[in-house]
Amino acid sequence: MSAPLGTDAADLAPQRFTVTRADLVRYAGASGDFNPIHWSDRVAGAVGLPGVIAHGMLTLGLVGSAVAAWTGDAEVVELGAKFTAPVVVPDDDTGVVVEVAATKVTRDIGSDGMATMTIAMEVRCGATKVLGMPKAVVRG
Amino acid sequence: MDPAIVDRTFGPVGPYVVSAAKAAEFATATQWRGAAIAPTFPILLLNDAMLAFLADVGASLERIVHGEQRFAYRRPLAIGDELSATLRVASLRSLGGAEVIGTVSTITDARGEVVCEARATLVHTGAEGGAA
Repeated sequence: MSAPLGTDAADLAPQRFTVTRADLVRYAGASGDFNPIHWSDRVAGAVGLPGVIAHGMLTLGLVGSAVAAWTGDAEVVELGAKFTAPVVVPDDDTGVVVEVAATKVTRDIGSDGMATMTIAMEVRCGATKVLGMPKAVVRG
Repeated sequence: MDPAIVDRTFGPVGPYVVSAAKAAEFATATQWRGAAIAPTFPILLLNDAMLAFLADVGASLERIVHGEQRFAYRRPLAIGDELSATLRVASLRSLGGAEVIGTVSTITDARGEVVCEARATLVHTGAEGGAA
């Protein structure tokens, strides 16, 4: 779905993405990040994690996908976040849901004179906030 | 880690040619349905630049946690782009026994023009894992 660029955060419906172990394997192959904490319970446990966790960059990728859905595929100028809590992905067929919600939308004129829209977000897995200060800036 | 690494550069890595097939594979993996190339796509190059940096300073991947990642684009990526990435260590500070390394990677195209600047914080720690 897409929203007109005049909208505010309340008009942007939260976007939900299901992440399973298969999705982690798929992202590992696509990104070239084969760190075993993203696919091996044994290694994840050995380094003190509660289980296999999603790649932080996969979660940030889902944020980008939420922004594209909200803005009707507007050009992304900036995208970023802090990785503050792990997204633990169980070895089952259900996986977990990452929810991306817009919290504030501000409009501005960029340094090049182009209009931009900044979207601040909250990204949760269950009750846990998993990203710090996730933010996107798009043209429009 | 030696404070002298601040302002050192690593790379360039590449050139990496952006193919439609790889962009589509990455889009599927990140549930990206946009027409453009996914904005986190350059992580493919950034991983290589980071590994070059870690190998050079003798840090092991297992002790690195990805703390933060931000992309700032000058122009959108395009199929056929030949991208190179150079990583610069921008800052180094200690935080509770860990070292927090601020990096800025500049991604350029075949003409040497900047496409994207990517800032990453890498936390180098011996203790526990984290939200990589």
